[in-house]
Amino acid sequence: MRSEDGGESKVGKQLYITPQNTQTRSQKTTQATPQNPAPETTNQNHTPQATGLRPQKTEMKKYTYTDKKDTRSGFGAGLLEAGRKNDQVVALCADLIGSLKMNDFIKEFPERFVQVGIAEANMMCIAAGMTIGGKIPFTGTFANFSTGRVYDQIRQSIAYSNKNVKVCASHAGLTLGEDGATHQILEDIGLMKMLPGMTVINTCDYNQTKAATIAIAEYEGPVYLRFGRPVVPIFTDADQKFEIGKAWMVNEGADVSIFATGHLVWQAILAGEILAEQGIDAEIINIHTIKPLDAEAVLKSVAKTGCVVTAEEHNRLGGLGDSIAQVLATHTPAPQEYIAVNDSFGESGTPEQLMTKYGLDAEHIVLAAKKVIERKNKNA
Amino acid sequence: MKADIQELEKTASQIRRDIVRMVHGCQSGHPGGSLGCTEYFTALYFSAMNHDPKFNMDGIGEDLFFLSNGHISPVFYSTLAHAGYYDKAELATFRKLNSRLQGHPTTHEHLPGIRIASGSLGQGLSVAIGAALAKKLNGDKSLVFTLHGDGELQEGQIWEAAMFAPHNKVDNLISTIDVNGQQIDGPTNLVLSLGDLHAKWVAFGWDVLEMKGNDMADVVKTLELAKSRTGQGKPIMILMHTEMGYGVDFMAGSHKWHGVAPNDEQLKLALAQLEETLGDY
Repeated sequence: MRSEDGGESKVGKQLYITPQNTQTRSQKTTQATPQNPAPETTNQNHTPQATGLRPQKTEMKKYTYTDKKDTRSGFGAGLLEAGRKNDQVVALCADLIGSLKMNDFIKEFPERFVQVGIAEANMMCIAAGMTIGGKIPFTGTFANFSTGRVYDQIRQSIAYSNKNVKVCASHAGLTLGEDGATHQILEDIGLMKMLPGMTVINTCDYNQTKAATIAIAEYEGPVYLRFGRPVVPIFTDADQKFEIGKAWMVNEGADVSIFATGHLVWQAILAGEILAEQGIDAEIINIHTIKPLDAEAVLKSVAKTGCVVTAEEHNRLGGLGDSIAQVLATHTPAPQEYIAVNDSFGESGTPEQLMTKYGLDAEHIVLAAKKVIERKNKNA
Repeated sequence: MKADIQELEKTASQIRRDIVRMVHGCQSGHPGGSLGCTEYFTALYFSAMNHDPKFNMDGIGEDLFFLSNGHISPVFYSTLAHAGYYDKAELATFRKLNSRLQGHPTTHEHLPGIRIASGSLGQGLSVAIGAALAKKLNGDKSLVFTLHGDGELQEGQIWEAAMFAPHNKVDNLISTIDVNGQQIDGPTNLVLSLGDLHAKWVAFGWDVLEMKGNDMADVVKTLELAKSRTGQGKPIMILMHTEMGYGVDFMAGSHKWHGVAPNDEQLKLALAQLEETLGDY
């Protein structure tokens, strides 16, 4: 990969590009230039040579950013805006107002906020009850206490009862960091997606989280919205329209499909840049809605690339990877590699350390992509 | 008082006939608690509550009822049918394939009168609190009623809700506990003692009343008293003393009929004790 000033990128040596190295956010350079030939002319991706050994470099859309924020702040901003748009929106919290960034909503709409204390089961069922009378409740606590702790409450009073509750979960996954495994749920996507009628969304940056929060208020039905604590680059558009159930094409490519969710999307972009540098043309698709899954987008992409990497901050059992695998297995089986936690609990550490240790970073996505392309070519 | 006690007792007798016929018809279900709570349901739907059988889920401007101990669905279903929510003929489908009358109440089949699924115990008080909060936000002065089993109080979530409601002055809520002292595995005082329930609810900050649950006049009177005490900053709890299986002598007073259906002969014996007043389904 070539950075915009023509010099070598530092990607791969560091997890996140520093803001000083970037120009405008979301500047996309899809047009071929003399210095950067069009991908079509360089790709021999369906031949056995396409294993990253080609001298030619491919090109991918540039994603840069000027700011980084936690996705939970996107939720806080989205909640405030959803509250302004619709006076039926109410918020509930189980003693984690600051962590969920609900302060602005509470300040503006104190009468529409319910502090339930450390009683998540009660919170979920109060939220279910508030829908009777037309309210649109948003519950806020950590992902662990939003799902595993209250599974039966969500199952009976929200999902089975088809109540219009938005279960909003921060601090999902390992990147909650130092608190350790008691708080680092890696099973929540699986738990929630198994509930009939539940929509499951995992957003990738501040802007997408804000847009998703506003969108789910306008959608009728139970939703699980997952976001997190780590500060990650803001690379999606501030004025985006969030479409529930619609995959977002991050970068078109032909050699491998990388389906990523949550802040692993940024790692997939970094991986895509490394792969392009090595002549591998990765298609990167953001699956922000894990359920209902955009199966059409998945199948269309894999029909082109023939192999798959899935990337998520979740147990490899039951997450995005399994959803994709199920679609492929029943339509067009294809080799797949998982970037996910390998059926284990987490541990204490900084988010960056944990992402590296558990293999949830750009470098591991690169390795997985090469491996799966090799498998594809062996099968060919 | 608008209620005619004798009329209500006639309705209760028919509901009891329905209950034993329904559980006999599918050879499953929970007659014990249903029979014990028949006066309560009758008084609630034919006297205490302002409700509309045309049924709108949001129930704006009407009183709402939530059954937390969903396993006593036979009494709920029969009451709703007689109150005009659907045809009583549908009672014959109870617990059968493709029925709207599922083993435990559910909104999933869109049965009029049901506003939440229940069965997994301990959730209904929280749900009722939520509905009561929504009423307050909507400026809706009507009330929310809820019923629980005494064994259900062993679920921890009940006490989360018990703590929440007084703190938040949810004073448009009238909860009732069916204190029959029985649960599946035996008497509650052997399975897991509930202790001094009156003192417990008072300590949590509720306005606590007691009533004789199988005495129609007392149920009607106590529900009216409870209504008169709403809007005073405290949620209301009625400890309703009943006999499980009341109305059928061989079922009364024992946990053994908590979840067992009568056979043909037992059905005949039971129906002989219950006057058909409104016509069997």
